[in-house]
Amino acid sequence: MHITALPIAVPLLGAAALIAIRPFASRWFDDLAGGAIAASVITLCALLLARSARHPFAYWMGGWRPSHSVTIGISFSIDPLGAGLATFAAVLIAASLVYAWRYFDEVDGLFHALMLIFLAAMVGFALTGDLFNLVVFFELMSAVAYALTAYKIEERGPIQGAINFAISNSVGAYAVFIGIGLLYARTGALNMAQIGAALNGHRADALVIVAMTLLFVGFLTKAAAVPVHFWLADAHAVAPAPVCVLFSGVMVELGIFAVARIYWTIFAAPLAPHADELRAILVALGTVTALWGGVMCFAQRHIKRLLAFSTISHVGMFVCGIGLLSAKGLAGVATYVVGHGLTKAALFMLAGILLYRLDDIDEFDLHGRGRAMPVVGVLFAIGGLSLAALPVVTTFFGKSLLDGAALDAHYRWLPALFVVASVLTGGAVLRVAGRVFVGWGAARRRDEAQAEEAREEHEGNGGHDRTPPLMVLVPAVLLLAAVVVGLIPGAVPGIELAAAHFTDRAAYVGWVLHGVVHFAPAATSHVEGFDYLYAAGATAGALGLAALTLFGAPLLQRLPAMPVRASTAALGVLRELHSGHIGDYIAWWTAGTAALGGASLILLT
Amino acid sequence: MTFFPFAVAVWLFVVGLYGVVSSRNLVRTILSLTVVQSGTYVLLLGIGYRNGGQAPIYADIPAVSKAVDPVVQVLVLVDVVVEATVTALLLALAIQAHKRFGSLDPHELRALRD
Repeated sequence: MHITALPIAVPLLGAAALIAIRPFASRWFDDLAGGAIAASVITLCALLLARSARHPFAYWMGGWRPSHSVTIGISFSIDPLGAGLATFAAVLIAASLVYAWRYFDEVDGLFHALMLIFLAAMVGFALTGDLFNLVVFFELMSAVAYALTAYKIEERGPIQGAINFAISNSVGAYAVFIGIGLLYARTGALNMAQIGAALNGHRADALVIVAMTLLFVGFLTKAAAVPVHFWLADAHAVAPAPVCVLFSGVMVELGIFAVARIYWTIFAAPLAPHADELRAILVALGTVTALWGGVMCFAQRHIKRLLAFSTISHVGMFVCGIGLLSAKGLAGVATYVVGHGLTKAALFMLAGILLYRLDDIDEFDLHGRGRAMPVVGVLFAIGGLSLAALPVVTTFFGKSLLDGAALDAHYRWLPALFVVASVLTGGAVLRVAGRVFVGWGAARRRDEAQAEEAREEHEGNGGHDRTPPLMVLVPAVLLLAAVVVGLIPGAVPGIELAAAHFTDRAAYVGWVLHGVVHFAPAATSHVEGFDYLYAAGATAGALGLAALTLFGAPLLQRLPAMPVRASTAALGVLRELHSGHIGDYIAWWTAGTAALGGASLILLT
Repeated sequence: MTFFPFAVAVWLFVVGLYGVVSSRNLVRTILSLTVVQSGTYVLLLGIGYRNGGQAPIYADIPAVSKAVDPVVQVLVLVDVVVEATVTALLLALAIQAHKRFGSLDPHELRALRD
């Protein structure tokens, strides 16, 4: 008996049981059972993490081990980064379920069951070593996520958000299906190690490039890179807060993880001669995403939508980090994902408290109305600082690794881009904290369309007189973790080592197909002096930007009219693109895929 | 094996996308989505096809017979299950959309815009 399959089997069976006993179960039983199952999955994943950190291993379902180096069965190929991500997903699910105890006035076992299936899918996605298995868990995760988005099925926003989410991500998944089909046609294999071994030593031709483009686009649709990101803001704006915690905290990052996994297991060897060009393509994609998300984030007044665009901006940083195609870049992304996920989870929970108490999520409507909740306000501001990568917070260590990787790859301007993204996203959150919880700045602004949208969203259970302590405690603990995880001795070097092993393609084939663990030696880095400088600059910039928007109105009026009008018009065009119309989104998806495919075919063959 | 099935697969994928983009009715959007997915079925089955191959059910035929690739057929089967789930979910959402927006036209869904 082996525990490898249990982190998927336990929540799936638990979900089935919760649905079976739904007519008889009471609320407290569902809460207790859901929490207990999530806690057991955390334990199981942590055990896998501990074991794989010593010795990564492949587990063959049903004992169908490879015969003469040819895979027959399906493997879970467990390495510390995958197991760590699975553990992280389980922690966020548990936190979200505990938060939801008090958040929902009325909820039944269906919600808990959906959350547990979601968990099983995310864990399977992070652990599997088989490309088709990956897409099955991807689809399972997606289908549950659509249902969770539309959990408040009687309201208009969630219906439209779920439709946009479902159609966008389904199209992405079909692209992945085609990519897998092409790779199977070429190699006759579905196991990632086997495909990688088969392609090793061959130059990438058009078929391999097209397969890679389709796989990347499919998973980047989940990760919400521009221009396939449109669904994310819609889904996050309308999904219940405990669900947004998972969407932003870990689901989107799993898309990035998949891109990293398939690149290093499958495409790294055949594309080695063109690594520089691929790096340029991915960094360009990440740069556009980081800036687009950052600007849109700062332009929002619907707080959950603001946080959603902040996630898109950070996804841009992750795409850049992966796109640097180095172990250090991957380590930076992995570290940043932990810090960002914990922070964003906490911020969505705090936004949920605003809905729970005040039944509103519009920044201007809420002007000063958060004064009665000083603790929530302080936590919100800490979240903003964490997004701005304040020194010695976990995100800071991630960012310093990303900076180092960028300089190693001779992208000297990339650290400056990261600073801009941090300033925009951190500044937006700090601005909200100042306006809502202190009452700084103006109480009114003209664009009423979005205010209506924000007002329309109630999630059905606002207007409570007091906040249950548990609902503040959970985000407080998550933020504490976001601050201290990076300071735990050995945590960041451990991630760096795991990332170095993750990118060791030859070793991956060895430990998956032959059970032989042999890694090339890897070095760890340390934080440089200029990292503190960049991070301090980003934090100061975020604070300054927030202050400028809150108090700078007289100053801004003195600016020359021309550039102000031009940038307002540009922003208007950008916002117009987020039309909420699914046909528009798929048109962008098609154009983006064609552009990425065209650029890849020209530059990489 | 000819080029033909792959051309059909690409055509279905692209024409389905065009359907999603141009649709003025959510039910048509959802059905166009299934057309996109049909492209993936044809592609996968085309990859596994062998000229003169039989169905890979070895209970009835000698084990040495030429057969089509069963792996891609399994993939298509999974694909079909996914389609059933997602289509059912989307159609349920379309019913709700009609109830709440009073229309199935994507242009009339105006709860979310920036």
